[in-house]
Amino acid sequence: MPHRVVERRVEAEGIVTVVLEPVSGEPVVWRPGQFAMLTAFGVGEAAISVSGVPGERGLRHTIRDVGAVSHALCSAEVGSVVGVRGAFGTSWGVEELGARDVVVVAGGIGVVPLRGALWSLATRAPGHGVLAVALGARSPDQVIFRDDIDGWREAGAEVELTVDVADAGWTGSVGLVTAALSRLSFDEQDTVALVCGPEVMMRIVARALVDRGVAADRVRLSLERNMQCGIGLCGHCQLGPLVVCRDGPVLLYSRVAALLAERER
Amino acid sequence: MIEDLSELVGRHPLFAGLPADVSVLVAGCAHNAAFGPNELVLAEGGHAEEFYLLRRGRVTLEVHAPGRGPLAIDTLGPGSVLGLSWLFPPYRWSFDARSLEPVGAISVDATCLRDKAEADPAFGFALMKRLGAVLLERLEATRIRLLDVYGDARPT
Repeated sequence: MPHRVVERRVEAEGIVTVVLEPVSGEPVVWRPGQFAMLTAFGVGEAAISVSGVPGERGLRHTIRDVGAVSHALCSAEVGSVVGVRGAFGTSWGVEELGARDVVVVAGGIGVVPLRGALWSLATRAPGHGVLAVALGARSPDQVIFRDDIDGWREAGAEVELTVDVADAGWTGSVGLVTAALSRLSFDEQDTVALVCGPEVMMRIVARALVDRGVAADRVRLSLERNMQCGIGLCGHCQLGPLVVCRDGPVLLYSRVAALLAERER
Repeated sequence: MIEDLSELVGRHPLFAGLPADVSVLVAGCAHNAAFGPNELVLAEGGHAEEFYLLRRGRVTLEVHAPGRGPLAIDTLGPGSVLGLSWLFPPYRWSFDARSLEPVGAISVDATCLRDKAEADPAFGFALMKRLGAVLLERLEATRIRLLDVYGDARPT
């Protein structure tokens, strides 16, 4: 379905947010954690996570410029038209979490599909459990959503932000995101964890959470595989018995732990 | 209420779960320490005569580079061990350590603790197992950071 770019914002070098509205017809219905297939006409199609917050204007995607399609999407000016299919896949399921403690761990651009979930969790009804957030980035200039981070803190979330490599002006933490996670306080026995980032990072984080006492079936990971059709037909994103675009991208660690060593087809 | 130092030692992750007499042994080499924000806690090249069990606040490990000023390479927070060079000759700090905010810690006299570990091999082995786990965790974290995992997004 053709959508027009109605807003464009550079989040960091090589990372751009675009807000899309349908040229005609109904807006796309989505939930935090889902993705859509975006088409840059004449270039190609790619699976891109929704970065919006429920209630925000339009369909929001935050895209890293790493290839021909993402470059074309990142370069799309306000007023230009792109194609949208979806939204597809499973969501974080934040509406099921009630008042329990939630720990969120995101690395790099992995915070993108978590932005909507984080706002939903940060603005839960009074009396909810802890919201503890560990964010990792490669370097200070790659930290995105700084206004949102401030907002989550103001809403009561404990946010630990760390970078792998600091620059001279950085006064925050330096180190792996698991170190940031270790500084967070939450009830391990009654916590749900939402994790997104590079798969190597997610494996380490998931193991650290389980070692700390969080049950594997309470750790939700968002997997990125080679999604092409978005509807579970082509098999490009197959992971063992799972088709990530249909069964995921959000999956329980208890279901995928053994599969994460599988090589992509 | 003033807490007994051995109880504080016993609650720190480095010694948590070990018999109470271990905490008493360590506390015999220890005292409370506090630092204000932006204080130099350890100085590169300095003699590693004491180390710290962090209880509150964060400390950054830094390296000075000509023309670039201090470069932060790691951040340690509550529950961490600050200082490992006291374990091995020549007992010299490899990095600066600077407090990012008010820090509360237990300072442990390194020579005192090494002497107790030498005199009591069971205690010494327990101590080395705990410190070995800290070293392994930091080595693994450093290796993962070397992978630059946030930079390898798939082209689309």
